[in-house]
Amino acid sequence: MWTIVLKDLAIERRTGELLSSLFLLALLVVLIFAFTLDPDRLKAPEFAAGVLWTTLVFAGTLSLNRSFVIEREGGAWTALALAPLDAGSIYLGKTIANFLFLLLAAVVFLPLILVLLGTRGLAPQPLVIASVLLGVTGIAAVGTLFAAMASRTRAREILQPLLSFPILAPLLIGAARTTTAGLGAVPLEDVTSWLLMLGGFDIVFLTSGWLAFDWILEE
Amino acid sequence: MTTRSEGAARPWRDVILPGATGITMLAAIAMVFLLVPSDSDQGVVQRIFYFHVNLAWMCFAGFVLVSIASAWYLWTGRRAADRLAVASAEIGMLYTTLMLITGPFWARPIWGVWWTWDPRLTMTVVLWTIYAGYLMLRRMADGDETILRYAAVLGIVGSLDIPLLILAIRLWRGIHPAVMISDDPNAGIKDPFMVWTFLVAMVALGLLFAWLVWLRVRYEAIDERLAALHVEKARA
Repeated sequence: MWTIVLKDLAIERRTGELLSSLFLLALLVVLIFAFTLDPDRLKAPEFAAGVLWTTLVFAGTLSLNRSFVIEREGGAWTALALAPLDAGSIYLGKTIANFLFLLLAAVVFLPLILVLLGTRGLAPQPLVIASVLLGVTGIAAVGTLFAAMASRTRAREILQPLLSFPILAPLLIGAARTTTAGLGAVPLEDVTSWLLMLGGFDIVFLTSGWLAFDWILEE
Repeated sequence: MTTRSEGAARPWRDVILPGATGITMLAAIAMVFLLVPSDSDQGVVQRIFYFHVNLAWMCFAGFVLVSIASAWYLWTGRRAADRLAVASAEIGMLYTTLMLITGPFWARPIWGVWWTWDPRLTMTVVLWTIYAGYLMLRRMADGDETILRYAAVLGIVGSLDIPLLILAIRLWRGIHPAVMISDDPNAGIKDPFMVWTFLVAMVALGLLFAWLVWLRVRYEAIDERLAALHVEKARA
């Protein structure tokens, strides 16, 4: 499992293309939001949380798609399927690699968003960290499963977000709510229920991806 | 191979089910449009409920059916299970779409808006997108068994999402007054004739659902046979 994680990280270290494109994408998304929704007129915590999760979901699409398209193109899929590993471990390895990319992206995006959009009214709390960790785990868990499915079809790049986004709906509602609360020290009723819901989402989809990958890998 | 010819009439499929669907549907239409009294508060527009609410039930039933059929297909690999899954998904999508169309006609005069982010509305539109994604994935299959298996995984994973979705939307919109759910004992349909109309419409839409699913399953089976015949002919 960790071999897969290290392999994906090594590919990225050698090419570096994913992280540079993620960074540029994040900057562009922030600019687009600033142009289209005047940041001075909206409440900073809501706005920053909305931008953060929109950016992360779209950035996730980029990195998740790549994660399996490179396996298909390099003919490595068969090698993966034949590797002396059970399918569940391959799924977890891929998910962890995607999680790390997304986490890195979040670590880059968040200060960028705070500096560019949060001119006033922001008071980040530790809750933001919990929110980002749980949210990113969910995006990686769901996205890795569907990216593997989509990579077999003609419409690889477009299908993965089409399948993932609806499933991610509860996660995004929760992540945006908790991030908003964490950024502005806005009192949120039931922070615990929200965090439990996010944690529950992660557990459900990590488990189902882990179990379902048997059917995904075999051709 | 089937022993019976595909052209032969089968009483359940070709006579009884469509007949019962037609009769109850006509009865439901007659009751809704001609016989049942209008609601005292909401007026004539309330009549859309007889169809709208029952469409909603069948939409969720369709979703449950997709996940059961998907699980059955993954475990046994039987074609029949996969046919049932695609048929339920398509007819479920049809019902969900009709529900999303009939809702705003009622909401506009009563709530004053076409759409609100009420928990049930939000839920329905997300379910619609899950159905849509499922059907899109299947369209990419072109007979590729692997993708049909992927679709079955999606059918199950999609249903796991529903409880979380309900929880998230409740937490999100929990502070807002629930427009449709009421603890008031005086709320709801009281007039016995309204209740009957509601039940007849429920049976009619349920039978229509079953019949359409059946036709769709049969269409899928014929389509597969046709494809197999083409392959045979090409070999010969």
